Amino acid sequence: MTETRCDVLIVGGGGAGCSAALHLALRGSRVVLLERGLVGGQASGVNYGGVRQQGRNPAELPIARKSREIWGRMKQLAGTEAEFTVTGHLKLARDDAEEANLIAYLDVAKQHGLPLRMIGRNALHGEYPWLGPKVLAGSFAPEDGSANPRLMTPALARAARDAGATLHERTEVMDYAHDGADFRLRTAAGDVFVAPVLLNLAGFWGGRVAEAFGEAVPIVPLSPNMLVTEPMGYFIEPNLGVVGGNVYLRQIPRGNVIIGGGHGESDPGQPGQTPWSRPIPEVTMEAAALAIALVPALEGVQVIRSWSGIDGQMPDRIPVIGPSSTTPGLFHAFGFSGHGFQLGPAIGAIMSELVLDGRTDIPLEPFRITRFGAAGQA
Amino acid sequence: MKVAVVGAGPAGVRAVEALLAHDIRPVWIDEAMDGGGRIYQRPPAGLRRDAKTLYGFEAPRATALHAALDAAKPHADWRPETLVWNIRPGQRQLSTLSAGRQGVVEYDAAILCTGAMDRVVPVKGWTLPGVTTMGGAQIALKSQGCGIGQRVAFLGSGPLLWLVAYQYAKAGAEVVAVLDTTRFATKLAAAPGMLRGPATFAKGLYYIGWLRAHGIRIAEGVTPLAIEGAGSVSGISWRDARGGVHRVECDAVGLGWGLKPEAQLADLAGIPFAFDAAQHNWVPRRDAAGRTPVTGIYLAGDGSGIGGAEVAEVAGARAALALLQDAGRKVETAALDRKLASLGRFRVALEKAFPFPSHLAAGLPDDALFCRCEGLTVGELRATTTGPAIPAPELNRAKAISRAGMGRCQGRVCGAAAAEILAAQLGCSVAEVGRLRGQAPVKPIPLTATP
Repeated sequence: MTETRCDVLIVGGGGAGCSAALHLALRGSRVVLLERGLVGGQASGVNYGGVRQQGRNPAELPIARKSREIWGRMKQLAGTEAEFTVTGHLKLARDDAEEANLIAYLDVAKQHGLPLRMIGRNALHGEYPWLGPKVLAGSFAPEDGSANPRLMTPALARAARDAGATLHERTEVMDYAHDGADFRLRTAAGDVFVAPVLLNLAGFWGGRVAEAFGEAVPIVPLSPNMLVTEPMGYFIEPNLGVVGGNVYLRQIPRGNVIIGGGHGESDPGQPGQTPWSRPIPEVTMEAAALAIALVPALEGVQVIRSWSGIDGQMPDRIPVIGPSSTTPGLFHAFGFSGHGFQLGPAIGAIMSELVLDGRTDIPLEPFRITRFGAAGQA
Repeated sequence: MKVAVVGAGPAGVRAVEALLAHDIRPVWIDEAMDGGGRIYQRPPAGLRRDAKTLYGFEAPRATALHAALDAAKPHADWRPETLVWNIRPGQRQLSTLSAGRQGVVEYDAAILCTGAMDRVVPVKGWTLPGVTTMGGAQIALKSQGCGIGQRVAFLGSGPLLWLVAYQYAKAGAEVVAVLDTTRFATKLAAAPGMLRGPATFAKGLYYIGWLRAHGIRIAEGVTPLAIEGAGSVSGISWRDARGGVHRVECDAVGLGWGLKPEAQLADLAGIPFAFDAAQHNWVPRRDAAGRTPVTGIYLAGDGSGIGGAEVAEVAGARAALALLQDAGRKVETAALDRKLASLGRFRVALEKAFPFPSHLAAGLPDDALFCRCEGLTVGELRATTTGPAIPAPELNRAKAISRAGMGRCQGRVCGAAAAEILAAQLGCSVAEVGRLRGQAPVKPIPLTATP
C-alpha cells in the first residue's frame, strides 16, 4: 500500500482522460491517471471512429471546431494520426422531413464557421452512383472524416507517458474523499492517491464519481451496436450518416466496411465487477438492412465481427463539462452520449486550461452539471 | 423443457441419444450436411468407400456413432447445415443461419458440443498453396477421397501427425517425410503414463512402426526452417536436433500441433475461461459432468477442452445426464463418471508426450507471416510492445494496435501463435497475455436486406 501525491489526478483513461494527461503534462503538471481497465477500453475504443462536426448540437460545435484543429496536428501531438483521414462526412436524407432537417442545419453550421455543401438528388446520385434509390439528398462536410479509435487512445496515452504523466491501468478507484484541500482516492489494491485537483473523465462511470461528491446526474449506459465486414473493393470514400442517426457506415481503404446502428446491451457492473457489453443480433441485422438501403452493393458481404462497449448518455444528449458545483478543484467531463470520440482531444485541452489558467475560451455554460435540477432529476 | 444441442460429432450424438432415452426431444443443430463431427465426417452421397478404408482402426467406433446418429435424427428436431453464430444467455436464445436465412432457437437448457480445430504454428511459407492443416488433410482424404498432393510432407506433433501420414501412405500418396518437432526422448518419458490407454497407445506405435517399416523418412526433434516454393509448395527444409540442415522436395505439406477447442459459443455465453497448462489451451470452465457457471449451459467434447473422440462420447452422454439431474430427474451416472476419470488420466500423459512447441512460435523471425487474413508479420506484432501506442500488455490491445486476429478467421487460426509471440516478447507466461475475446458472429455471416 502506497501513498502518491501529485498536482492533478485523472479518473478515466479514455480519449478525454489521456488527452488531458497529455496536455497537462506538456505544461509541466505532475499528473496521475487511474484507469479501471485498459486505456480506451470502453466508449473511446469501441466507437465508430467518426471525426465529425456536422450535425452536432450547436452547443458542442465550438468544442468540435477546437478539436478538429487538434486532429489536424495529431501526428505531432501523439506520434500518430491514428488513421485520421479527411474523407468528408456525407449526411443523407431518405425522405422530405429528413431533407428539411439537413437544410435547417445549414444556418447552424454557418454561424459556427463550419463549411457544408448541400447536394440535391440528381447531383448526389451523379457524384455517388453507389447510393441506393431511397436516398433523396445529402449534406457534405468536407473537413470531417474518420480515424481508428482502437489506435487513438493508446497513442494519446503513450504520448502522455512520454511527456511525464503517470498512467496506472487495471487500477480501480473504490473510494473518493475530499478533506477541504485535497482529494484522496483509494484504489482496489489499497493504494492512495492525493492531489488538490481531480478530473472526472470516467465516461458512464463519471456519473458515479459525481455522485460521490454529492452531485448525482441522470446518466444511463449507452452501448453502440457495431459491426465490420470482410474487405471488399474500396469505393465508399466519405463517412456516411443519416438524419436521425439510425445507421452510419464508412469504408477504410483496406476494404472493410464499419457499420453502426442501434444499441446493444450492457451491464456497467458494481464497483469491483467487470463490466460487460455486447451487440444484439436483431439490432445487427436491422443495421445491416438499413446499410443496404443506403448502399445496395453491401448486400451479401460477410460480417466478420460485431462489438459494443459502454458510454454514458445524458437526457439532453450532450455531456457534462465544467467545474463541480459542490467541491472546489473537481472538474467533470463525461456523458458524451455516443459522440465523444471527435471531442476527446479538445476536452483534454479544455481541462488543462480550466486547471492551469482557471478559464477557457470555449463556452461551457450549456454543459453545467447543475442543469438537471435537484437530486439529479432532469 | 426446451433443450438445444449444438453439434453432431461424438459428444453431440451421445448427448442427444441420452436425452431421447429420457423422452426429451431436443433441437439438434450441426454445421455439416450429415453430422459425424470432424473425426467421423461422412463422405458425400456419391462417394462409396467402406468404413474400414475411411476410418481405419476407428471404423467400429465410426460405424457405431453413425448408427446412433441415424437412429436419433428422426426423433430430434434435426437441423443440419445450420450455423449457430451467436448466443444470448440472458434471453436463452441461439442465433442461427441456414441456407442464407436467419433464425432464433429458444432454449431452457443447451449442450454445446462444438468440437475442435487444428492448432497451427506459423512456419515461413505456410501460406503457400499446397499447405493444409493436418485435420484438413485428413478430411480431404476421408470426406472427398483425395489427397492434398502427390508428394506430401507432414510437419507437427501429436497423434494426428502419425495417423494422417499413415493414412496418406496407405491411400497411395508418396509421403516424403514425417517431421516431428517433439524429441523422441520427450515421448519416451511420457510412455508409462500412456499405458493407461493401452489401445490408443498401441495404435500410435503401430502407425509409427508401419511408417518406419515402409522406409518413410522420419525425423524427430526438428526445427522447421521454411516451406519453400514460388507460387506453390516445392519443398520443405528443417534443422535436425544436432543442427544439420535438410530439405526434401514435395508438392504439399500437412501441418498441425494438436487441437484447440472451438469454444466461441461458450465464450459468448459468458462462461469464464482458464488456461489449462497440460493441454496448453484456454478452456471454458465446467465441472466433470459438463455443468458451467452459466445456468442452463452444458459443455461436452473437445469444445470444452481437448480429450479426443472416446472421451467426447462419454462426456456428451454425461452432460445430458447432468442436464436431466438439474431438471430433477433421477439418473445413474457412476459408470460414466468412472470412465471419464480413467480416460482423463491417459490424456494428461498424451499431452506430456506431445507438448505444444511454444519455442517455435516465439522463435519465428520478424519477417515470417503469422496472421494470414491481415497479412501481418511477426515483427509487426512484436512492435506493439514498443511504439507509437502505449505498450500492449495483453493480446486484445496487441490486436487493436496491430490488427492481429481481426480478419475473417477472427484469430481462430493465428490466435494461439500470436499469444506465444507476444508472451515471449513481453517476457511473461502465455497465460498472462490472455486470449482474444470472443465476438459474434462465430463465423462470418452475410449482410442481408431481409433479416
